[in-house]
Amino acid sequence: MNILVVLEDNQGSLHRLSREAVAGAQKLGGSVTALAIGKNAGSLASELSSYELEEILTVEHDLLSSYSADGYSEVVTQVIQSKSPKTIVVGHTYQTRDFMPRVSAKLDIPFIPDIISLSDEGFVKQVLNAKLNASVSSESDQMILSFQSAAFNDEEMITGSSTITTFDVELDVSSVRSTSEEPFQEAAGDVDLENAELLVSVGRGIEKEENVHLAFDLAEVIGAEVSASRPVVDSGWVDSFRQVGSSGHNVAPKLYFSLGVSGAIQHVVGMKGSKNIIAINKDPEAPIFELSDYAIVGDVLEIVPKLIEALKN
Amino acid sequence: MKIAVLVKQVPGSESVLPINEGQSWINEDPVTFVMNPPDNFALEEALLIKERKGEGEVVVVSMGPNRVQKVIREGLAKGGDRGIHIEEDEPIETDPLLIAKRFAAVLKDENFDLVLTGLQSDDTGMGQTGVLLGEILGMPTATLAIETDIQGESIRLKRELESGWFQWVQFPLPASVSIQSGLNTPRYPSLKGIMGAKKKEIKTVLGSELDASSRSQSIDKVFVSQTSKQTEVIDGDVDVAVQRIAEILRSEIKVV
Ligand SMILES: Cc1cc2nc3c(=O)[nH]c(=O)nc-3n(C[C@H](O)[C@H](O)[C@H](O)COP(=O)(O)OP(=O)(O)OC[C@H]3O[C@@H](n4cnc5c(N)ncnc54)[C@H](O)[C@@H]3O)c2cc1C
Ligand SMILES: Nc1ncnc2c1ncn2[C@@H]1O[C@H](COP(=O)(O)O)[C@@H](O)[C@H]1O
Repeated sequence: MNILVVLEDNQGSLHRLSREAVAGAQKLGGSVTALAIGKNAGSLASELSSYELEEILTVEHDLLSSYSADGYSEVVTQVIQSKSPKTIVVGHTYQTRDFMPRVSAKLDIPFIPDIISLSDEGFVKQVLNAKLNASVSSESDQMILSFQSAAFNDEEMITGSSTITTFDVELDVSSVRSTSEEPFQEAAGDVDLENAELLVSVGRGIEKEENVHLAFDLAEVIGAEVSASRPVVDSGWVDSFRQVGSSGHNVAPKLYFSLGVSGAIQHVVGMKGSKNIIAINKDPEAPIFELSDYAIVGDVLEIVPKLIEALKN
Repeated sequence: MKIAVLVKQVPGSESVLPINEGQSWINEDPVTFVMNPPDNFALEEALLIKERKGEGEVVVVSMGPNRVQKVIREGLAKGGDRGIHIEEDEPIETDPLLIAKRFAAVLKDENFDLVLTGLQSDDTGMGQTGVLLGEILGMPTATLAIETDIQGESIRLKRELESGWFQWVQFPLPASVSIQSGLNTPRYPSLKGIMGAKKKEIKTVLGSELDASSRSQSIDKVFVSQTSKQTEVIDGDVDVAVQRIAEILRSEIKVV
């Protein structure tokens, strides 16, 4: 095997980014083996049985009935030691951020994270808060790669056949040091962002809490809901149920009107499906402009009050 | 309770970022540097844990060229007890494994109960240093903690999962935890804190003397990404821009 894809269980089904990781691994070329871990390993494996894979390994164990960084990093380490893949591929998810660096350190294999595309020069990732891209490479014999959402399209997974094999691991109680409780969701607000038709989205460019009303005022004039970027939520300026992005909501409104949002990948993954994107940003190079239909270079604090007036007339 | 908190110095979000001549990174001359914003939350959490316990030590650790002493001082002004500066000649080291090995070499003999890091660095965005470091030091690790609770010899953490889910995990100390942004409100240094920080110790050690492993990955080139989308750029006079946006909303997207 050349490439090992480590799959992720998203409440009993394959995580979307695991499917994209399989598509990415197939694009890299060579033979691809997938690894499913935990109590749902069998059903995750069967979701992939009609795709072109050398093998799908399943690992089940009492100590793997729920996710732990200790348990998962140990399993992946044992599989890599036994199968010696050149490349280990995962989706760039919260879970892989949590345990893949452990595998990297255990085996001294570099982990190139958060890749958005492949280029002739290497793996492309965003740097400097998405203001620039960088190509990253490694001369190491083995490497771990994680692919950001939408780096690859899961519809391009190559179909074919594969076999499912169980893989035995050795784990003892002392190797899993953590105990975890059941995952839970917190009470959501009464705003249905994901189904909102129009959104005015406020970013750190609004500068101060006292200015946030501008977003709400504009939203009221056009009949939109207000959403926000993470830093605005973190500052306590806007309620957390309004957050858009990888750790917030996924939205796809008819209009996404962003005010002082830079367009970092973790924000963009939550809104790039919007039909029309208008962005106001004072930085002409702001990454949000790349996916905008209308890019307004200017100061939100100057433009928005005037726009509200103009729309009222 | 002995806590190490890793704070990185990174270009501020408002700073200009000119690409350097060799296109290998940015030209740092005109750049304004700040404490990596996520690390502010890790630092605050370290100070809060110490205050809740009523005893302990918070050690502020940073790796980079001489300029990074500024963020260490900032941490000391906010209440950190002492600093460690791992001096690194390169303007930026981009290999997380090498970075973690160097941190580990400095921290291993100090016997910290807890190592706190930020969510991710704003410059290289590797999102892995704290976990690598924990593994090298033989500690349990967790990421994206949004609440911490020290319970005797162990730590209980509320972790953020994807799509609005959360989970509590617990494991024994010593441990390495990366902190999710927004879990607390970072304090500002007081005048007294700023004055006091001048007298606090910052130990400097040379990175290359800590671990001489070769680099396992590197950033070779930085560039501006190319867009494929048709974008109408509206630049210039504010009143003209306002009229144009109003027209777009009324007649092109038809929302008003
Ligand atoms: C694991 C992880 C998960 C994350 N999840 C999310 C998430 O779910 N959602 C999210 O949004 N982020 C998330 N982030 C954070 C993300 O990386 C960015 O830091 C964040 O999206 C930036 O928010 P922003 O655009 O509001 O702020 P900044 O990046 O600071 O951008 C502010 C922008 O405003 C512009 N500006 C400043 N002043 C003005 C003005 N007066 N007029 C006009 N423009 C102005 C600036 O040019 C800049 O482009 C996550 C990060 C990580 C690592
Ligand atoms: N050079 C550095 N100096 C201090 N802290 C660092 C450094 N590099 C990484 N860190 C810490 O590790 C976290 C994650 O960084 P990264 O893995 O680069 O995204 C940061 O938020 C910091 O807390």
